[in-house]
Amino acid sequence: MSGKPDFQIPLEPERYELSAPPAYRFEVDRREFFKFLGAGILIVGVLKNAHALQESGAVRRTDESLPKEIGAWLHLGENSVVTVYTGKVEVGQNIRTSLSQCVAEELHVPVNRIQMVMGDTQLTPFDMGTFGSRTTPTMSPQLRKVAAAARDLLIGLAAAEWQTDRKRLVAVDGRVTDPGTKRSLEYAVLVKGQQLTQTISTEEPLIPATQWTVQGQSLPKVDGRDFVTGKHRYPSDQKLPEMLHGKILRPTSFGATLVSIDTHEAEQIPGVTVVRDGNFVGVVAPNAEIASRAVAAIRAKWKAEPQPSNKELFEYLKKNATAGKDPTGDASRYEAGSVEKAQASADHRLQQTYTVSYIAHAPLEPRAALAQWSGDNLTVWTGTQRPFGVRSELAEAFRIPEESVRVLMPDTGSGYGGKHTGEAAIEAARLARTAKRPVKLVWTREEAFTWAYFRPAGVIEVSSGLRGDGTIAAWEFHNYNSGAAGIRTYYDIANQRIEFHPSRSPLRQGSYRALAATANHFARESFMDELAHLVNMDPLEFRLKNLKNERLRAVFEAAAKKFGWGQAKAASHGFGMGGGFEKAGNIATCAEVAVDRKSGEVKVLRVLSAFECGAIVNPDNLRNQIEGSNIMGLGGALFEAIEFENGRVLNGRFSSYRVPRFSDVPTIETVLLDRKDIPSAGAGECPMVGLAPAIGNAIFDATGVRLRSLPMVPKGLKAA
Amino acid sequence: MAQVTKLNVNGSSCTIDADADSSLLSVLRDQLDLTGSKYGCGEGQCGACTVLIDGSPRRSCITPVGLVGQKQITTIEGLAQGDRLHPLQEAFLKEAAMQCAYCTSGMIMTAVSLLRVNPNPSAADISHSMEGNICRCGTHPRIVAAIQRAAKTMNRSMKESGQ
Ligand code: FES
Ligand code: FES
Repeated sequence: MSGKPDFQIPLEPERYELSAPPAYRFEVDRREFFKFLGAGILIVGVLKNAHALQESGAVRRTDESLPKEIGAWLHLGENSVVTVYTGKVEVGQNIRTSLSQCVAEELHVPVNRIQMVMGDTQLTPFDMGTFGSRTTPTMSPQLRKVAAAARDLLIGLAAAEWQTDRKRLVAVDGRVTDPGTKRSLEYAVLVKGQQLTQTISTEEPLIPATQWTVQGQSLPKVDGRDFVTGKHRYPSDQKLPEMLHGKILRPTSFGATLVSIDTHEAEQIPGVTVVRDGNFVGVVAPNAEIASRAVAAIRAKWKAEPQPSNKELFEYLKKNATAGKDPTGDASRYEAGSVEKAQASADHRLQQTYTVSYIAHAPLEPRAALAQWSGDNLTVWTGTQRPFGVRSELAEAFRIPEESVRVLMPDTGSGYGGKHTGEAAIEAARLARTAKRPVKLVWTREEAFTWAYFRPAGVIEVSSGLRGDGTIAAWEFHNYNSGAAGIRTYYDIANQRIEFHPSRSPLRQGSYRALAATANHFARESFMDELAHLVNMDPLEFRLKNLKNERLRAVFEAAAKKFGWGQAKAASHGFGMGGGFEKAGNIATCAEVAVDRKSGEVKVLRVLSAFECGAIVNPDNLRNQIEGSNIMGLGGALFEAIEFENGRVLNGRFSSYRVPRFSDVPTIETVLLDRKDIPSAGAGECPMVGLAPAIGNAIFDATGVRLRSLPMVPKGLKAA
Repeated sequence: MAQVTKLNVNGSSCTIDADADSSLLSVLRDQLDLTGSKYGCGEGQCGACTVLIDGSPRRSCITPVGLVGQKQITTIEGLAQGDRLHPLQEAFLKEAAMQCAYCTSGMIMTAVSLLRVNPNPSAADISHSMEGNICRCGTHPRIVAAIQRAAKTMNRSMKESGQ
């Protein structure tokens, strides 16, 4: 059963990664390339299969044959600089470094000679976006193949030069060498005056993980110095001569329409222009403070329909759920055996409901864009995980061809799935169009909390029947609204019914690190703990009894061992575990909490995660990602929740929306299981899913109180 | 409205033209092109905009430029000496104490003043002093390690230069 990636339900990204991709349009003009980059060699990597298109939108194209797509290209010039072009983007997951490592490995050049051009729609090949932990499994092998092809081409050039058999030659440290004769030539010399292009598909020989020398190492961030000196220019730091600053007049609530507006006073402020286009109202001004003042001076009346609040959220989601569809035609439903029969003959039965709130991504850099028109051509610098998606949005918004739009994505102050859409880019471009000058727009923190989108809230109902020996006989699992990612169980259960029920969401919702896998794992792994207690079994033993998947067993066992599962602990302390399989990675997390029953304070003291995602590319960066997932996950587990009422967010600031801070952070340990025989998978998401259930189960262990809603203790643990 | 025309930043006197109630952050970023100090919240909650004013950490987003007067402002851009990084900058690199690094300059500036006041902070001291700085990527343990590493380096070089 589980362990194979094919058991994932391919439904959720369609809805939860937001918006469809544009029709593919991309042409490589090689002559242009050499003109631009100078002589050398150019390797173009063509993707072979639909998988490389990744989840979003690709779903609907699976039964058509896909056009061949360019995945990446690489140029090696006479100055011996290697320039690699990929549509992937850097948002803190450190792929600028890990992808450089892949290229360095195959091409045998020092990492500092590699320049990565990322997420520039004019220069880099089309890419669906950087999400879903797809960079490591798809882009890394692509780049490795492209780099390997470059190496082979160079060896071929040297062989021709020396009129010798290429098999005698090796590539080492930026040169091709003939070990027999000790002759050797630098790459830069070999490519001098050349304009060679090679297009490769796949199947180039690759260096197996067991022989890696650059990959598998903890390489520091390649451009780290620019970050610690403040030199790096994030999207919100971009500037152009003559640039103006923009600001948008926001409606008073979601979905509101403009009834009347008076902009007279704002227009009296020197340097201010008001731009109005239907419901879109914004201003441009010489600086951001004047722009804010001008927006504040606009008098507008809005009207909106009444909307639900977070108090009635869960009933609302259930009430508005779409009815279950025909099981045969709907991938969001899975059925095996007969749940009814198994339930009827079970020795123990249990049913529970879990809920998760909406939460915000709140990346520390808010949405930002700088837009510039030149005639009908538009250039926008913006922070997004989908530069090509934003390009389509812009083309559509302004009714211009995609070829007229260039989107550039400077390495950004993170995203966590929260920067897939191009609102800030469109707003800045609309203002710039009227202003006839470049316009920069940086959302305020409140705007970012309100006008982006949220991780979906949801209700999850689980029921199960057990045999006396602890075997799970029946399993029924219904998720309302939060999403289908990670909905299937990896435990071996003969009779199952699993269903995702989309609903009408009161708030705009979209992608979030690990998508619904966090919610589904929270419900499943908390419920597993409840079942274990129902039959008086140790939660680890109970899991292993119902789990065949070797890789998942291995992480559970490794985590338990290192954590000291089953050992003595202080009186008010509790141990808990949670884990699972997501995005081709396996995680098991153990947590120790201390609960002060008087004050209600819950303190997470210690978290240990065992993780395995195939061959490890950069161990320290992997640890960094696992630690980060666990720390970010603390917020959603313990206290993060968007409060809203009648179309307004009530806590859209860091002073009212609590995020994890230094004092919240427990001791975090990671155990990495390196499986050199398994292709590397991404790691930015999976590690997150074990944390919330581990904490909830630990709180139960400490207090006997079972918490079934995320966040679990926004106001501490109430006296029970 | 009163205008401010001079500011001492990173050891030099700079000419600006700003309303006294403009935030120091916007003046640094927009007029002096010192974009290393970041906007994260605008309400003193995240620390991304932290600069030193006469050595003390200040949230530049809520500091009106008119209140700074002729005090000395240090931003992240003014920390390295030529090519030589400040020990905290080195330590953040060594410990890989960053992911997106948007919080990094504010973290480093807050830590500079912490080490000035407390050259040997415990992990708990660090966590206490850094509480006002948000890192959404969750690099907190590494930041603590980096500050401790820098403390060691700085104490060692203090001793050496004292001998
Ligand atoms: S931007 Fe100043 S504290 Fe957040
Ligand atoms: S590294 Fe991204 S916010 Fe700290």
